[in-house]
Amino acid sequence: MCMITNIQRYSIHDGDGIRTTVFFKGCPLRCVWCHNPEAQNRGRELLCSGEKCTGCGACAAVCPQKAVSLKNGTARTDRKLCTACGACAEVCVLNLREIAGREYTVKELTAELLKDQIFYEESGGGVTFSGGEVMAMDMDFILEAAKELKRQGIPLAIDTCGYVPYERFQRILPYTDVFLYDVKVMDEGLHKKYTGVDNRLILENLVRLAHDGARICVRIPTVKEVNGNERSMKEIIAFLQEHDIHPIQINLLPYHDTGSGKYRKLDTAYKGTDLHAPDKEEMEALTALFINAGFKNTKTGG
Amino acid sequence: MGKSRGMNERIRKLREISVNTPVHIDLERAKIETDFYKLNDGKYSIPVMRAMTLKEYFSKKTLYLGDGELIVGEKGKDPQASPTFPELCCHSEEDMVVMSERKLVSFKTTEEDRRLQKEEIIPYWTGRSMREKLLSRMTPQWHDCYEAGMFTEFMEQRGPGHTCGGEQVFTTGYMEYKEKIKKTMDELDYLNDPEALDKCEELKAMDIACDAVMILGERYHKLALEMAEKETDETRKAELFQIAANLEVVPAHRPQTYWQAIQLYWFTHLAVTTELNPWDAFSPGRLDQHLYPYYRKDVEAGILDDRKALELLECLWVKFYNQPAPVKVGITLKESATYTDFANINTGGVTPDGRNGVNEVSYLILDCMDDMRLVQPNSNVTISKKTPARFLKRACEISREGWGQPAFYNTEAQIMELVNAGKSLADARRGGSSGCVETGAWGSEAYILTGYLNIPKIFQLTLFNGYDQYSGKQIGLKLGEAKDFKSFDELWAAFKKQMEYFVDVKIRGNNVIEKLYAEDMPAPCLSVVTNDCISNAKDYNAGGARYNTSYIQGVGIGTVTDCVAAVKYNVYDKKNFTMEELIEAMEHNFEGYDAIYHMVHDKSPKYGNDDDYADEIMQDIFELYRSTITGRPNMRGGEYRIDMLPTTCHVYFGDVILATANGRKAHKPVSEGISPEKSADTHGPTAVIKSCAKMDHLATGGTLLNQKFTPDVVAGETGLNNMASLIRSYFAMDGHHIQFNVVDRQTLIDAQQHPEDYKDLIVRVAGYSDFFRNLDKPLQDEIIERTEQSFS
Repeated sequence: MCMITNIQRYSIHDGDGIRTTVFFKGCPLRCVWCHNPEAQNRGRELLCSGEKCTGCGACAAVCPQKAVSLKNGTARTDRKLCTACGACAEVCVLNLREIAGREYTVKELTAELLKDQIFYEESGGGVTFSGGEVMAMDMDFILEAAKELKRQGIPLAIDTCGYVPYERFQRILPYTDVFLYDVKVMDEGLHKKYTGVDNRLILENLVRLAHDGARICVRIPTVKEVNGNERSMKEIIAFLQEHDIHPIQINLLPYHDTGSGKYRKLDTAYKGTDLHAPDKEEMEALTALFINAGFKNTKTGG
Repeated sequence: MGKSRGMNERIRKLREISVNTPVHIDLERAKIETDFYKLNDGKYSIPVMRAMTLKEYFSKKTLYLGDGELIVGEKGKDPQASPTFPELCCHSEEDMVVMSERKLVSFKTTEEDRRLQKEEIIPYWTGRSMREKLLSRMTPQWHDCYEAGMFTEFMEQRGPGHTCGGEQVFTTGYMEYKEKIKKTMDELDYLNDPEALDKCEELKAMDIACDAVMILGERYHKLALEMAEKETDETRKAELFQIAANLEVVPAHRPQTYWQAIQLYWFTHLAVTTELNPWDAFSPGRLDQHLYPYYRKDVEAGILDDRKALELLECLWVKFYNQPAPVKVGITLKESATYTDFANINTGGVTPDGRNGVNEVSYLILDCMDDMRLVQPNSNVTISKKTPARFLKRACEISREGWGQPAFYNTEAQIMELVNAGKSLADARRGGSSGCVETGAWGSEAYILTGYLNIPKIFQLTLFNGYDQYSGKQIGLKLGEAKDFKSFDELWAAFKKQMEYFVDVKIRGNNVIEKLYAEDMPAPCLSVVTNDCISNAKDYNAGGARYNTSYIQGVGIGTVTDCVAAVKYNVYDKKNFTMEELIEAMEHNFEGYDAIYHMVHDKSPKYGNDDDYADEIMQDIFELYRSTITGRPNMRGGEYRIDMLPTTCHVYFGDVILATANGRKAHKPVSEGISPEKSADTHGPTAVIKSCAKMDHLATGGTLLNQKFTPDVVAGETGLNNMASLIRSYFAMDGHHIQFNVVDRQTLIDAQQHPEDYKDLIVRVAGYSDFFRNLDKPLQDEIIERTEQSFS
């Protein structure tokens, strides 16, 4: 079984063609800008938005843990008691409560992924495993799903932060059409500061994966305060050149804060409020650095 | 906004006049017809009388030849003039005021019009119009159902139609038709054929209809010559001489050039749409394939290039737009609240021998649509497996500009539907979709739409023991209170009986109406141009065509599926609440019943999500509907079949149903076409398409699917490719039709608040496009609320 937050059909911004993207739950990184915070922790979680709550009390009445109580006419949830069982989400008439995370068997997952096979075949699309961090999941599960997709002739893209033992990549490589590999910043201190982990393993894995013949798209979330400058990008370019890495595509993805609302629903603070995307011209200038360095297939955005 | 469109100054001027002239009533036809009837009624057989009326009108009508026009001829006195048809529906004095003063789809009437209507038209036609004749012959049950919105009746104000020209309309001159008529006449067997006399009268009528068209041609010929002689501008003078020269050839003879072929079509269009007032006007069918031989010949001869060929197409587009759909009132207005008259052009497809049908003219037609952006003609493409990607992508490019055209039809599905309905393979390949999405064997089939059926309301009445909350009457069968149905199967059995009952009421009425039209209101000119009517010596309205089909169009499959699913899931499977509790909540419009509302509205399986629980229910309802209707005999020697399309009827049908079991509130529109109920689809466009494809499209005569996208989803080369892939995938699953509204919600909301700033905003409604400002508020709201697929 694997915990999944969402299976997004008609996903058209993560790889070629029409795709279905699977968001696995659990991630070793804690990127400040993360727009899928509900996919960071491994277990089920309650997402709850309070603004429109009328205090009808239906949630409090059904909570087996007595985790929900009414305060000042709105429902409050004690997250220490909440087991994310979902009883409250079933009864909330305003649909203010939902559970992030549902366990799937390989069979259930692949059945869902096969639903859009005809669209993948027509458009040259396929399935993308994303997250969270798919490579941090139970590798036996992931491999079994990947093998089934391969057997069905469905191309698989792995969207990864790279922060896992390399042996995991070796196992999945034969079943993977393309890796969407995140590279954030070369500076170790900055990397640690903004993602919670240092980047050594990530970069080592990238080099090894490239040398083992993987098709790689390098994706660079671009944040003004972190890597949205010429120096940072030139460091990435130098690294790619130095290690003879030739990604089939490089995407500079401008930072956006569309995920910030979800932090509130998780009762956690969004720490990225001071972050910004470089403006349009700056983005183009950064993209041009790659193109001028010989990485012709570099684009701003997905 | 409001920028003038068209490839050059000429077209821009013509288009401006067409778009900016207010639609107005033109009583010239009614007056000439009334005077003619007063003098002659009773002297001739009915078919002859009808043909002579057309001849009289074409001999006397005011001609219009506008400055810069290259294709000539108008139904009325001038562009946007709307002749009336008192023999079908004689408008009351009140109608004449209402149609002029209503805010939407208005038709201006003058004091003089109202006087004429009151003093001459009404006194003669009262008691004689088809509307009165047929309504007086309907049963009380029929009237109850009609007034309660169980179904609509197409022939109540307009004639049977749905006609699409075949190749002959572009290759045959009216002298040639006359020869064919004469030949059949000569072969009539007065000794052994008891119908010989009727046949003779019908053939005489057809012959007179041919004369009528040629008289119109001659009069325009004369007018063009006169104008040419007076014209001082040399260029225009030469054009007028050329127009006159064209009219020496057509409509009497086979066209020699591309220009003449278009002109010939246009005269036939005018004749068919003025002899009667047939639904969906008249269509040129496969315009690209019909024009291609002329195009190639003229290009080789050096007398035509692509600019000129495009200009003539754009002139034709203006002509279509000049003709508003004839005025409608009452329920007929509600089911079809639009000026659009549904002339439908299918570009692309395959040739009669099955090769790729896309040619150079196909691309010119796409350019023409793109240049003109007019809601008429309804310009669409038909995509086959053999259609080149270039053509599909160019069509997608135009479609994503967000004004609703072209829609996409599936050539192979159209062919299979027709073959399944007994057409020969070649006739099926010559066919396509007309009106909104309805399939027919063009040039050879009379496929008559008879009315919409309100499927959600049939289920609603099943839950209320046949009682209609809207009209306060017992309309359906009494089969027991819903609470007493012990199982879902018992409920389903009752639903089935109610369905059969309402279809019976509808078909019984249809039979009377078909018979009345066959006898009292023949269409000799339409018969001339429809294959086999001449050789059968039988009218289009009496079964003279090679194929004769009657359609009943199903509305609300999305809504009714979600209703049945909500009841099955909550009452019988999960036992979340009882039937009594549900009925009580529905009776209170769910106000104060939040928990039940939440369960049916948010927590029950819904059609449109690729969820088999709901989709299998859809399949069962579809099959019940299909099997109740398909194959039943009509009165013209053909059979009944089904379509799944709504025009604007889903708004009307929603208005006559109180709160439904799926949480839809009272009077809200029901789902349109085969699209899911609004906001019920939450898994994106591929899931919608998968759900829709579970319906057996090939067993229908057409289905309609609307998809709304925000511009960013279809932006760029990637967006275009994905759009094309969605279409190809849906068609690989036998989907019949898909159309796109590419406009963001904010734009629509803004357009609703500031219509003056969005005069040009066109949206796809249901099988056709219309100006957003022309739609009434519930329909505008409905389009705004249709699920917007955005996944960025």
